[in-house]
Amino acid sequence: MLAPSLSAVFFLLVIPVCFVVVYSFWLRSPYGGDIPAFQFGNYAKFFDDFFYPSLLIRTIRVALETVALCLVMGYIPAYFFYRTESRFKPFLMILIMLPFWISFIIRTLSWINILGDSGLINHVLMKIGLIDSPFQMLYNEAAVLMGLLQYLLPFMILNIYVSLDGIDKSLTEAAKSLGCTEWQAFKEVTLPLSLPGVSAGCLLVFVLTCGTYLPPMILGGPGNDMIANLIFKRIVGTLDWPFGSALSTILLGLLGVIVYTYNRYLGINQIFKSLQ
Amino acid sequence: MKRPSGWSLIKIYTLLIYVWMFTPIVAVVLLSFNPQQFGSFPMEGFSFRWYVKLAGNATILGAFKNSLVLGSLTAVMATAIGIPAAMAFVRYDFRGKETLNTLLLSPIMIPEVVLGVALLIFIRWLQQPKSFALLLIGHVVLTLPYVLLVVQARLVGIKREYEEAAQTLGASPFQTFWSVTFPLLAPAIFAGMLFSFTISFDDVTATLFWATAQNQTVPVKIFGMLRNSISPEINALGAVMILLTVSLPLAAGYVSRRFARGSG
Repeated sequence: MLAPSLSAVFFLLVIPVCFVVVYSFWLRSPYGGDIPAFQFGNYAKFFDDFFYPSLLIRTIRVALETVALCLVMGYIPAYFFYRTESRFKPFLMILIMLPFWISFIIRTLSWINILGDSGLINHVLMKIGLIDSPFQMLYNEAAVLMGLLQYLLPFMILNIYVSLDGIDKSLTEAAKSLGCTEWQAFKEVTLPLSLPGVSAGCLLVFVLTCGTYLPPMILGGPGNDMIANLIFKRIVGTLDWPFGSALSTILLGLLGVIVYTYNRYLGINQIFKSLQ
Repeated sequence: MKRPSGWSLIKIYTLLIYVWMFTPIVAVVLLSFNPQQFGSFPMEGFSFRWYVKLAGNATILGAFKNSLVLGSLTAVMATAIGIPAAMAFVRYDFRGKETLNTLLLSPIMIPEVVLGVALLIFIRWLQQPKSFALLLIGHVVLTLPYVLLVVQARLVGIKREYEEAAQTLGASPFQTFWSVTFPLLAPAIFAGMLFSFTISFDDVTATLFWATAQNQTVPVKIFGMLRNSISPEINALGAVMILLTVSLPLAAGYVSRRFARGSG
């Protein structure tokens, strides 16, 4: 029964990924057709020029910023879903899930309509006479973060909500009847019990941010490229397969270490729970 | 239960998040009806001009056809190989179960850009050209974990006693599956197919590695059109995609509720 799925994942995922690692040691030939080899030139190239590691560092920084902002923006709505007794709750929950069903590229480019020179914000500001000429809001890191956040916030909210939803509400009541204030009960009971969802959400958001190139490509400027953008340019643009493979291996290795460590100490199944 | 203190602040905060999340999406739909040349604010009327233009664009229609065929085939294949695996995980115990489950779900945690590169390098090594088949197998791998998750969640809720009762009454394993498990599982299968269709239909990150000029999907086409800045046509195309991928799950939810009520 497992055979079809396992062979699909084995032949179409495990082997190709191993192949990326193998290819990262090959030599590039200028005439097409790369030469099988075992040498570290592609990795040496990565560390030779600070430009490449700086992209990796920027990727990690942007991913951490995205995680932090997702937490700030996501915890309160998740808490709202947990506590609300509104009869519109199912509707509101479906609404927050809707972005999952809208293509990533549309959600990314939709910010051009808001932040662009003739976008909504500039239009309103000029209409009320606050500014005379459009205020440049696109093609910087803030715009990239907008795209990333809109893509990833539902993942964070859902992860936190799943964790909150599993908390017995009578625990908070018990804490309060023992003399805790509302805030103390939240801080001492609800918040710690929701941490599994928080950490699962953080990991998922971090990994997904590191693997994407669309928001920097569409909303960012030349200085906002992340490691995935470089991979895309090397593989699709300049067809430098060995170097592109080395970049992919480095990214995969970094995320692999993070996911492995996380799984070791916290268990990764929480993430899959929320996606159901 | 008493409302927590600061509840109105929590409500306002949540409302603001909704506004933030949906303003750009609403703007895409609104601007797609703007007859003006540059697809930006202010709205200068209401027209279907850009939709008419879309309908007359052969490459876009071709991309739509590709996306629909690809999404449907992906849904069928991912569900067909996903269901037996989900059954095995929920119904049987065997050695290495956890590890295998994690392995099958791992595509979620592998950066999509690496997935794109990996499959591309692999078929290059096999000396195969980029083709529709590459898109299809790629999309099956991308969507398989989601099908597994949805179907497993549903299977856990189906009591084993039903199957055991059928077998006690003399049904063969296949009969049991076909007349007991399958009907109970049908909503999950449907949900899994829908999910994989939408993921396939919407995917762009990995698909950009695999698509060719002949095998463009709608998101790939949109990406190509973006090179020369955002146009009203892109907004219209976006609005059509939003309508399609958003109405599907809503309709499915409605149908399955009707279905559940009908069957008691």
